[in-house]
Amino acid sequence: MEVPILRQGQYLIASIQSALTDADLSHLREALIAQVGRSRCRGVIVDVTALDVMDSFAVRTLRDIAHMARLRGAETVIVGIQPDVAFAMVQLGLTLKGVATVLDLEEGLAFLDGRTKDRGLDPKHKRPPSGPFRG
Amino acid sequence: MGEELRLTIAADVDVVEARQQGRALAAVAGFSSGEQTVIAAAISEIARNILMYAKKGEITLSLVQNGDRQGVSIVASDQGPGIPDIDRAMQYGYSTSHGVGAGLPGAKRLMDEFDLRSTVGQGTTVTMKKWRRAN
Repeated sequence: MEVPILRQGQYLIASIQSALTDADLSHLREALIAQVGRSRCRGVIVDVTALDVMDSFAVRTLRDIAHMARLRGAETVIVGIQPDVAFAMVQLGLTLKGVATVLDLEEGLAFLDGRTKDRGLDPKHKRPPSGPFRG
Repeated sequence: MGEELRLTIAADVDVVEARQQGRALAAVAGFSSGEQTVIAAAISEIARNILMYAKKGEITLSLVQNGDRQGVSIVASDQGPGIPDIDRAMQYGYSTSHGVGAGLPGAKRLMDEFDLRSTVGQGTTVTMKKWRRAN
């Protein structure tokens, strides 16, 4: 099952619609990282509300997405981890250390707005077409 | 009782199927939705282990009873290469497949009973059970 990736302003929103296989997750990672460059976006939101379970592979893939996107200049935030899923993750000893997580999509957008402002980037404007990032 | 479900694990879609069937069975046994997710996560880890190390195997799900306690039993077996060093395989964070190393020890943490038998060159059988807390 392919995960649709929507573009909203400077952000990409991947909203998972159903349970995903490992191959689906890997495909999502590749698609997101490619799109970060293609659409020159500043932020990525992965909505996992519909995920039935987050096991070690899912957690690792989400962590990889966040770290890879950061290397490509975009911040990632995971939204919608359900209470039962959080419970099982903690029992499994899985963490999303170093990855931002917020309650829902709305908070995810607010989080990215804050993040991109911190970096002196107005989310309403596209980033300069070329040249190195001058932080 | 007598309800037994045998599932072949030979592709990553089978992992999703196994954990969804496990969740459904856990619901029949009266587990809370949090515990259903925990059971599904344990099945996911163990089923992925079959795929990664043995390529093919089987998972049998059944309801079990002990006195007035109800539970679910999950037996995962394969005729794969077997595990040469079970102590290390049960160490959290140890992996021979570039994984997280949360598979076997993670599943053990999630379940009440966990038994691993493996013979190099013959295969591996994991038997795990989760009991419903008495209300």
